[in-house]
Amino acid sequence: MADQTVLQFFPLSTSLSAKVHPLVIFNICDCFVRRPDSAERVIGTLLGSVLPDGTVDIRNSYVVPHNESSDQVALDIDYHHNMLSSHQKVNPKEVIVGWFSTGFGVTGGSALIHDFYSREVTNPVHLTVDTGFTNGEASIKAFVSVNLSLGDQQLAAQFQEIPLDLRMVEAERVGFDILKTTAVDKLPTDMEGMEATMERLLALIDDTYKYVDDVVEGRVAPDNNIGRFISDTVSSIPKISPPAFDKLVNDSLQDQLLLLYLSSITRTQLSLAEKLNTAAQIL
Amino acid sequence: MATAAAATRSFLQVAATEEAVAPPLRVVQIEGLVILKIIKHCTEFSPALVTGQLLGLDVGSVLEVTNCFPFPIREEDEEIEAEGANYQLEMMRCLREVNVDNNTVGWYQSTLLGSYQTVELIETFMNYQENIRRCVCIIYDPSKSNQGVLALKALKLSDSFMELYRANEFNGEKLREKNLSWVDIFEEIPIKVSNSALVSAFMTELEADSPVTQSDYDRLQLSTNPFMERNMEFLIECMDDLSTEQQKFQFYYRNLSRQQAQQQTWLQKRRSENMARKAAGEEPLPEEDPLNPIFKPLPEPSRLDSFLITNQVSNYCSQINSVAGQSFSRLYLMKALHEN
Repeated sequence: MADQTVLQFFPLSTSLSAKVHPLVIFNICDCFVRRPDSAERVIGTLLGSVLPDGTVDIRNSYVVPHNESSDQVALDIDYHHNMLSSHQKVNPKEVIVGWFSTGFGVTGGSALIHDFYSREVTNPVHLTVDTGFTNGEASIKAFVSVNLSLGDQQLAAQFQEIPLDLRMVEAERVGFDILKTTAVDKLPTDMEGMEATMERLLALIDDTYKYVDDVVEGRVAPDNNIGRFISDTVSSIPKISPPAFDKLVNDSLQDQLLLLYLSSITRTQLSLAEKLNTAAQIL
Repeated sequence: MATAAAATRSFLQVAATEEAVAPPLRVVQIEGLVILKIIKHCTEFSPALVTGQLLGLDVGSVLEVTNCFPFPIREEDEEIEAEGANYQLEMMRCLREVNVDNNTVGWYQSTLLGSYQTVELIETFMNYQENIRRCVCIIYDPSKSNQGVLALKALKLSDSFMELYRANEFNGEKLREKNLSWVDIFEEIPIKVSNSALVSAFMTELEADSPVTQSDYDRLQLSTNPFMERNMEFLIECMDDLSTEQQKFQFYYRNLSRQQAQQQTWLQKRRSENMARKAAGEEPLPEEDPLNPIFKPLPEPSRLDSFLITNQVSNYCSQINSVAGQSFSRLYLMKALHEN
């Protein structure tokens, strides 16, 4: 009975998830645009690390040239190793975590390439980026391979989709306005950014006001959850007595003014010194 | 194939017209990909300062930066330095294989609080300038991006400054001749951002629905004090350096005037001696004596350092101004919110 042969998937179930840095998407798109005329798709290596909670953090990528015929895929393995060692010179912490390919979902040749990457790293992630917008939407998916085995004998491999985190904090930092359009004439200055942010905040406050007014007057059905959120937000403003608050604000204002004053003095000093220097030279 | 031929021809034409006129560099056009790559590299290694190479095309008055790659952190070892050069060649070769533009257009580097005006930067720039006619340096400041600012700058050295630097003439006379002051060392070039249509489509699709983004949170952060403190510290340090430089000059001028006085007395002595000799019917002695140490010209200290320091100081000042300006708006916003 000990030698029972069991038909099973290995690993049984995966609680794996992946996280993508916007740079990876940008790089894949750029590679796809620059692909050779003959190529239908681009394939490449994903670099990153596995976070302590098991999430695969995909932070970098590079394309690997390949040749594809009906049932064969030939990857340029030399190129792959060269590029890998170059990348590791810059950032040794980034290791192979998987591979990407453009196109919709998994195709026939994928299993072969996946096999190759399985030899480089255990349980690689396969990322597909649909650059053709097959379904009319940008679908980016991540898969891991699950082996179907009968006892010790491997029967087949199955690609299982894993959740992919596409929230792009880094891209938000740069600003979607810059990354979204095909041409931006000028980078926003800090004051312009500030203005936009304040406008957005104002719009949010207006929305909240409107919602509360509507609820009070019975135009909209009240939602307890939203109500709780609003009361949490309002109560998160610290209670400070008006005089104390005024003092706080005024103190900070004065600090800032002092700094401004100092920097103005310095500037005046600089231009004065320049004038004096030129005068000294003429003498 | 026909389109490809047309494209090469137009490239040739562009190159030919460029040879003829060589219009001044007006705009640096950067791909979103490059911005993200630079930011990733610089932030990951912050606060260590890192550099990398920019690749792209030089089209008329626009310098297109279409890709870049990072350099490994440099070490003080010749063997490793040679390896670094190998790395650069290898990377360029690999990128060329996947149809990336293979033309160096400059380099990028990270900076701490905008303290990039150094002699090293100028030296690197001159090195690059020798090989490529048009090059640019992109500066990124990771410390500022925590406040929701995209602190990206494209710089080049001004032509008149480069001329002076090549001749190594930083004395008062030459500077006055060229009318060059500390503001004229660096030229900032406006940056344009471009993205391929594909990237644009993806980003539009993936943009989060939430009306607030990370940069908004960063901008509304009330605490700017640590940043200001560091800024002030750097400013004070720079002022100290500047005053040392000034002292050098004072020392020089004092020495110069002392020397001139010595020369005068010596000349007077010689003249009266000559008068005496003339009266005695002898040949007068020459009025100059090159062997006398007091006639040796004093070396004038280079003004480059003080120029650079002045540049830095003014940079810190403008940073303080802009951050203080933002803090004002935040404080008033806070006040209004609290009153409501």
